[in-house]
Amino acid sequence: MAAPRHHILSVLVENKAGVLARVSSLFARRGFNIYSLAVAPTDDDRFSRITIVVDVESTPLEQVTKQLFKLINVVKISELDPASAVEREMMILTVKAEPGTRGQVIELVDVFQGRIVDVGHDELTIELAGPPSKLDDFEDLMRAYGIVALQRTGRVALPKLERTAHGLPKSGMRPLGKVG
Amino acid sequence: MKLNGGQALIKSLEMEGVEVMFGLPGGAILPVYDPIIDSPIRHILVRHEQGAGHMAEGYAHATGRPGVAMVTSGPGATNIVTPLADAMMDSIPIVVITGQVPSAAIGTDAFQECDIIGVTRSITKHNELITSAQDIPRVIHEAFHIATTGRPGPVLVDIPKDIVDPNNPNSAMDWYWPDSIDLPGYKPTVKGHPRMIREAAKLIAESRRPVIYAGGGILKARAAEALRELAELTGISVVTTLMARGAFPDSHPLCLGMPGMHGNYTAITSMQESDLLIALGSRFDDRVTGKVGAFAPGAKIIHVDVDPAELGKVRRPDVPIVGDCQSVIVELIREVRELGAQPDRAEWDAQLKAWQAQFPLHYDQGWGEGDALKPQFCIEQLRDGSPEDTIVVSGVGQHQMWSSQFWRFNHPYTWINSGGLGTMGFAVPAAIGAKVGMPGRTVWAIDGDGCFQMTAQELVTASAERIPVKVAILNNAYLGMVRQWQELFYEERYSEVYLSPDLPDYKMWAEAMGCVGMRVEHPDEVAPAIEKANAIDDRPVVIDFRVDWTEKVYPMVAAGTSNSNVILGPEMGQGGH
Repeated sequence: MAAPRHHILSVLVENKAGVLARVSSLFARRGFNIYSLAVAPTDDDRFSRITIVVDVESTPLEQVTKQLFKLINVVKISELDPASAVEREMMILTVKAEPGTRGQVIELVDVFQGRIVDVGHDELTIELAGPPSKLDDFEDLMRAYGIVALQRTGRVALPKLERTAHGLPKSGMRPLGKVG
Repeated sequence: MKLNGGQALIKSLEMEGVEVMFGLPGGAILPVYDPIIDSPIRHILVRHEQGAGHMAEGYAHATGRPGVAMVTSGPGATNIVTPLADAMMDSIPIVVITGQVPSAAIGTDAFQECDIIGVTRSITKHNELITSAQDIPRVIHEAFHIATTGRPGPVLVDIPKDIVDPNNPNSAMDWYWPDSIDLPGYKPTVKGHPRMIREAAKLIAESRRPVIYAGGGILKARAAEALRELAELTGISVVTTLMARGAFPDSHPLCLGMPGMHGNYTAITSMQESDLLIALGSRFDDRVTGKVGAFAPGAKIIHVDVDPAELGKVRRPDVPIVGDCQSVIVELIREVRELGAQPDRAEWDAQLKAWQAQFPLHYDQGWGEGDALKPQFCIEQLRDGSPEDTIVVSGVGQHQMWSSQFWRFNHPYTWINSGGLGTMGFAVPAAIGAKVGMPGRTVWAIDGDGCFQMTAQELVTASAERIPVKVAILNNAYLGMVRQWQELFYEERYSEVYLSPDLPDYKMWAEAMGCVGMRVEHPDEVAPAIEKANAIDDRPVVIDFRVDWTEKVYPMVAAGTSNSNVILGPEMGQGGH
């Protein structure tokens, strides 16, 4: 058996009540844990885009994506290859920052190009956006100072652009849900 | 034109061409029942909501038109959950309308409130809560479109009381009828990919031991004629799955009958030994394949299905074709013709004939004093004593398998049963639905005693509505199929399967429900009873056939084992062939 790996599914859905429940319950039915999920309207407010990250082998995932495509409110599904996708995530985190350590924390925020968005007596709340791995690193570093609260958004992703000979960008998304 | 939501709902059903609906009113759906009095739609009042759902299924099975059921909120809605799941598994187009508590009360644990949208999400092709009276025509139009196109299935529409109640301002709407469908995420593929169809034709031309594996999709696509043309053109024999019985005539020399767990030896073994399976609207169900890893090991697969998710779900096809069976088979016939003559398959055809001669279905009806009545004999007598186009409806269990084995289905849409979900109690209400849709045809429900007890109350509906269905109970006093498994696989430890042959007294029960009731205990009495039953057309008939409780369904492939181990009869034990 192949080792499980991250899969990123980008699912374009009709912006209607209950759609998220329909999508997520297809994963739940098979006992697949959704690692992260982000959903928001697209530039066309009739549609929303759901970005789902799931740890599962390819074969059962293929069946789930086909089942997803059967949902009446699902318009399009693409699987993004992590190697050729731009992934971003945002995090806000409150960390202990007493007078003795506050300088170090602020320095790290600078290095990671984060922003301090709230200041308390001995705590700071920091906003950081970027590739998920960068957020992981920052989280690890902050742990030493004492993380009080942390919230991540789950990742959003778009395919990396390819440049053809004519210089026109071409989508690297692999459309799914269609066979033969 | 100003209408209220209830009127708009009934008018929408009329616009969809609905002639009959099955249902039972209650608080939340009351306002929709009022305009039914003024509608040409015939409403059949059931005795239990499950009956309404199975009647809608039986109606859809028999006519090809969507079945419609309407029930109230809460328990009315939950009682129709089983038919929805059944219709989902067997791809039956039905539209179920459920009442819902008023919008403002939703989510407050109101009286008779149930989140039926949540409950039925995974057992409907689609469901929708209507939130505004103005949306009613659009949603109903979409519901019928979704239920009947692509891979058919059940659609549930949930309607809060306030938007249909004329006393509530929320119910006011301006009538319209949508002239188009706007479902950007729903575009079923009908036409198969031409290159794939050409590939399929090539594989057929190269094959020496091909078998057509016809499933329920043939009937859904109304492709029985096309299938016959393909089989005759190529000379390839056809197995018809439980859901496809009648899709290819049993009397045809190329027909091999039913494969699978209780299929006949030739049908099972032909697939097992084939070098090419042409799967048309079939889904490699576990009851057909047995142990998947050992199924048809030498076969290449052409798989045609309108549902892309079926392709590769169980067995990866060599040639996958997404499309409607009718359209794809017609194109395939054209490609096959273009490629020219088929190879010589005389050896394979002779092998099939040899298996058929060597391993026919068999049973022994003894005629001596004390010889028990055999269920298979009753079915053969029913078959021979009833019109050739009789519609046969069965429940689930031994009687279902014997019916599929021993009836001869020579016309499509003459066999109605619960295949995928295996819903006991399906037969009586589904037969009523079928008879309503096809009033000119004889409809026989062949039921087990266990099944009959689950939904028999709908015979009251049939009597009251003058729907003269006929019911043959193969009464072996047991949950027979379970008993068979306990005998074979649980060391004859019979746990909770005995029902009693005469409690209830089926004849008296039938009579109490307004039916003619009969009892048959000896082989001599079978044909006369059937003749009498077939002559009655003003009320339902129930015959209680007291059959041999020791009889088991053979052949059999034990669950989870290879289809190469066919147990032909009790003399073989569990070892298989």
